[in-house]
Amino acid sequence: MVKLNVNLGKGLTLKNPVLTASGTFGFGEEYSPFIDLERLGGFIVKGTTLEAREGNPYPRMAETPSGMLNAVGLQNKGVDYFIEHIYPRIAGLDTEILVNVSGKSVEDYAETARRLSLLENIHAIELNISCPNVKQGGMAYGTTCDGASEVVSAVRQAWPRHLMVKLSPNVTSIKDIALAVEGAGADSISLINTLLGMAVDVERRRPYLSTITGGLSGPAVRPVAVRMVWQVAKAVKVPVVGLGGIVSGRDALEFIMAGASAIQVGTANFINPESTIKVLEEIEEFCERQGIKSLDEIRGII
Amino acid sequence: MAKVHQNFTITQKCELSAGYCLLHLKPASGKLPEGILPGQFVEILAPDNATMLRRPISIHFVDYNTDRISLLIRRVGNGTNAICDLPEGEALDIVLPLGNGFSEDFEAGATVILVGGGVGVAPLLYQASKLKDKGIRVKMVYGARTVDELVVAEAFKPYCELEITTDDASAGTPGRVTDSVCFREYLKEAAMVQCCGPGPMMKAVAAACKAHGVACEVSLENMMACGLGACLCCVEKTVKGNVCVCTEGPVFNIEKLTW
Repeated sequence: MVKLNVNLGKGLTLKNPVLTASGTFGFGEEYSPFIDLERLGGFIVKGTTLEAREGNPYPRMAETPSGMLNAVGLQNKGVDYFIEHIYPRIAGLDTEILVNVSGKSVEDYAETARRLSLLENIHAIELNISCPNVKQGGMAYGTTCDGASEVVSAVRQAWPRHLMVKLSPNVTSIKDIALAVEGAGADSISLINTLLGMAVDVERRRPYLSTITGGLSGPAVRPVAVRMVWQVAKAVKVPVVGLGGIVSGRDALEFIMAGASAIQVGTANFINPESTIKVLEEIEEFCERQGIKSLDEIRGII
Repeated sequence: MAKVHQNFTITQKCELSAGYCLLHLKPASGKLPEGILPGQFVEILAPDNATMLRRPISIHFVDYNTDRISLLIRRVGNGTNAICDLPEGEALDIVLPLGNGFSEDFEAGATVILVGGGVGVAPLLYQASKLKDKGIRVKMVYGARTVDELVVAEAFKPYCELEITTDDASAGTPGRVTDSVCFREYLKEAAMVQCCGPGPMMKAVAAACKAHGVACEVSLENMMACGLGACLCCVEKTVKGNVCVCTEGPVFNIEKLTW
């Protein structure tokens, strides 16, 4: 049997490298009719903000070649709702539950993180400084080194446990942003969030999305994501978590060979609700076939 | 009732006029999930990766005696074409049952008016049969642009009094569903109107119901990705804010909508 457990540092150990991407897996419960959530390394719940957010107007989605655009805009009921209503239902699961945190100001991010720090079974948060679908905050912080450092430093003060920071690919130098968040205290770095994109309905002569532009995800973005993970993993010392269009074990292994310690399955959850388990089993099969005893043997070999 | 993901074999396929296709499907496991409600839908993976995302399709009819479901599909793009092109005997990858259903609890002898437009009649057949079983009087208005699109009118006849309307006067009452004799004469005595069709049609039906103080449910078909309440793409604005059509709907009482 291949050894799949991964230590991402600062108290975050995964039983295997398969996580889910925020915004594609609800609060886990949506997928419990289809898979055993406790087989996952962990799951990352929908982006959470200090106050409830209504998100963007419909239409929020358009299918594109091998991918989709979304413009959900961080619709969520706020961190207090999560703490009171959602957390008690999922906290007992034997898997890591990470909360994706977003905000419209540095103070918002820090306060949301502080409130979550009262929850014993949340061992890590994923800081979203990369959402392309909200006007304030989100990607505004993730596209400059100073902005990224500022928000990561503030949350670092408010959050004592594992701090994962999710990067936007919509930047000139992903390596510089990664070094900035590492310097500001990130314990791990996940990438990539969606690529800013746009599609036009030519019959109606208007964009498909209410917001005109949105975030592109799915297999279409995978080569971009693998390239960025490789660049970042070469540059930083903290563990890197790779995501972007993973639908199979082979896809996941691309990221691992490019240097990722763990991976997230995102859009594939919409295609096949058992995608996460499929990815996990295909990683295991590959390792058995190739006689790999630990993912350390192949991690970052490129 | 539990959602399941499994293969369904196409036991019979009928190509109808105007690009409509009727599929009869049997689950590979032999057993349908219990308690499928009229108004619920399935998510079908298009064969050969014709599209990346699944296609949400209303459940047209459920027969627990033979463990079969029927789907009425209109060919509108790559996904629906790939699904409808599959020959009998082949299997489709399906997640079901999804969403909520139409109200079914009415006093015996009450009148319920069903209104379907185009492929929007799909979820109303199973509802008509359920209501009839419960002793409800069902009146159905089946609207279409033209006679070619009235592909499943005969199927409704055992369960209801059927009135047809066509925009081009090629069959039935000329005009829109709201021009029907049923709407003009019987709307006020209906316990509820249940409607599925194009957005403008549903809005016109909802407005007529509001004007006469008649309860009304509509089935929405907002574009969706997951069908499970995870992606938050298919939202409809309601009096309680944005909610997912795939989990809180597709059937909504119009009082909950901001129409």
